[in-house]
Amino acid sequence: MASSDHSETDIRQEIEAGVRGWLNRRTGLDALLRAALDEPVPGGARLAYIFGSGLLFIFLSQIITGVFLALYYVPSADHAHTTVAYITKSVTAGSFLRSLHAYGASAMVVVLLLHLSQTYIYGAYKGRRELLWLSGCVLFVLVLAMAFTGYLLPWDQRAYFATAVGTNAASEIPWIGESLKRMMRGGTEMGTLTISRFFVAHVFLIPAFIFALIASHIFLFRKAGAAGPVTENPYKPEQKSEPFYPRQVLMDLSLTALLIVGLGLLCFMVPASLGPAANPADTQYIPRPEWYYLPIFQWLKYWHGAASVVGILIIPTVLVLAIIALPFLDRSIERRPWKRPAAIATYAFVLFMLLGLGLRSQYLDKHDSGVAQQLAKQKTEEEEYMRKPFEPELSSASLVAANVALADPLAAKGKTIFEAQSCNACHGDGGVGTAAGPALVGIAAKFPPDRVAELLKRPTTKMTAGGMPAVNLPPDDLKALVAYLESLK
Amino acid sequence: MQENASTSSLPSENRRSFLGTLLSLGSFFIGALLAVPLIRFALFPLLRRTTELKESPVGALGDFSSLNEPVARTIQIEQVDGWRKAVSEKAVYVTKDTRGQLLVLSSICPHLGCTVPWVSGKNEFVCPCHGATFSPDGKRVSGPSLRGMDTLETKVQEGQLLVRFQYFRQLVADKEVIG
Repeated sequence: MASSDHSETDIRQEIEAGVRGWLNRRTGLDALLRAALDEPVPGGARLAYIFGSGLLFIFLSQIITGVFLALYYVPSADHAHTTVAYITKSVTAGSFLRSLHAYGASAMVVVLLLHLSQTYIYGAYKGRRELLWLSGCVLFVLVLAMAFTGYLLPWDQRAYFATAVGTNAASEIPWIGESLKRMMRGGTEMGTLTISRFFVAHVFLIPAFIFALIASHIFLFRKAGAAGPVTENPYKPEQKSEPFYPRQVLMDLSLTALLIVGLGLLCFMVPASLGPAANPADTQYIPRPEWYYLPIFQWLKYWHGAASVVGILIIPTVLVLAIIALPFLDRSIERRPWKRPAAIATYAFVLFMLLGLGLRSQYLDKHDSGVAQQLAKQKTEEEEYMRKPFEPELSSASLVAANVALADPLAAKGKTIFEAQSCNACHGDGGVGTAAGPALVGIAAKFPPDRVAELLKRPTTKMTAGGMPAVNLPPDDLKALVAYLESLK
Repeated sequence: MQENASTSSLPSENRRSFLGTLLSLGSFFIGALLAVPLIRFALFPLLRRTTELKESPVGALGDFSSLNEPVARTIQIEQVDGWRKAVSEKAVYVTKDTRGQLLVLSSICPHLGCTVPWVSGKNEFVCPCHGATFSPDGKRVSGPSLRGMDTLETKVQEGQLLVRFQYFRQLVADKEVIG
């Protein structure tokens, strides 16, 4: 009975170890937690290091709110705006969750810039951290792509025209631009296929890449170790380290708390607005991108004609390549900003340029009275739309019925007969078909009117077997009924 | 790394585990708080009426003052389904009960759901599908139906007769609302 003895001691041990012990023996949770929490931070915990986990928190919040928004959202040009209006105006907490998702995107960009700036200024990309930097760069692009693709989804005026401009800007790229634009739009014009493409990118493709890259980013970070303060050796930390838990965790959590309170209050007090549904025929609308795209928007205004190759292709490519190649080019182990004047000056210059371009765009809008007027008008229209109660969308089935009644008086009379004769009891309203009888929609394509009249008067044996009675009507009524049946589409 | 961690954590092990408990509890509490809007958002269709039927106008009350037999009227019913609505047409009969009060009957046969026409010559409703017959005020006369034709809730507002269209379970003796 050795085995039963063994299981008895085993059980006793398990009981003594408690729930946590039980879990730990099966998952190795304690070791995992220890590995996560005891990560050494050279030189001790600092507020400067809090941005990475802040980004992780916002990303988590975006996933959760995004999944919940998808409970009601429909990605199609017909329904996208209605469903977003439904979320915003009708569903409990809908406006709050949508605001959290929309403002979360802005918060993401802000914290991302802070994270990037900290890494750059602290020289934390040095010392075998090329891949870590590279994965960060790709994540940056992916976050901007998320913001770009998500912006279109509400399909209101602002979303539609901003994306029209955004995709048009892509077409300015020499050689591949036009194909790229058509690829993004799913055709030459913006339409329902554009929404599908943006939705798939926003919900399936880009998030999948982000997951994979966050995993590699964290893995590479743990492999290289925290870089520590600017006075630390990037290859081999020499300063006394402090474990990640508890002080660094508390600092990280303070940013999380700040984000929760800040975003929560903002979403509660100034909920994200929704404008009137996209109207592609509107020629007056002046589109403006979200604030983080303003510098690029302004930059593109300066390049036209032959020079555009320089401004739209060469300069951005060089800039991006320089950023990507930074840890490969800058091989010194010097991390103190005051000993890296060129690097810091470049940073200040780029920041200054971005800020300047963004502010310039705002300034121009304010000082062009025509533009300012139109923008103010658009804002008023949006506020007016927000005040209106939610109006459900008329389903297509009811529209068809209405059209028939209007189009042909004979068919309209036939419709009354169709209902009075109880044809709709089996064939359904508008001849859509039910379990009891086949659909009559599209019958015109199968049988000419004479044949339909004949079949009504003398149904085939197959029809009779299915429960179809012979229709006995005066000739005029039969003609009207046939006209109605032939009109069903 | 291992050594480093254990030396720094040993003296304050109790304080660390106390802090850990506090943080876990705090995170749990804040997480629960943040889940409230999410749950309310997800449960919206269950807690609020997201499918509803509005009352539809049948006609001016005066039109029905001198009825001697049931008249058919087509009403438009607006059915709200989440963020969309469907407008469909249904036939109803306006008639009078034995005491002369206005009644609105659903034209759907309580047997199997065919539309029941009024046959003036017989002074009866006769269902074309299985031959159920009903008196002018909708009472069951003969045939397979287990109950009379279904009366609909009515209301008079500013001289207009309004009706609330509903569907009823078929093949049962008692009127029972569905949907």
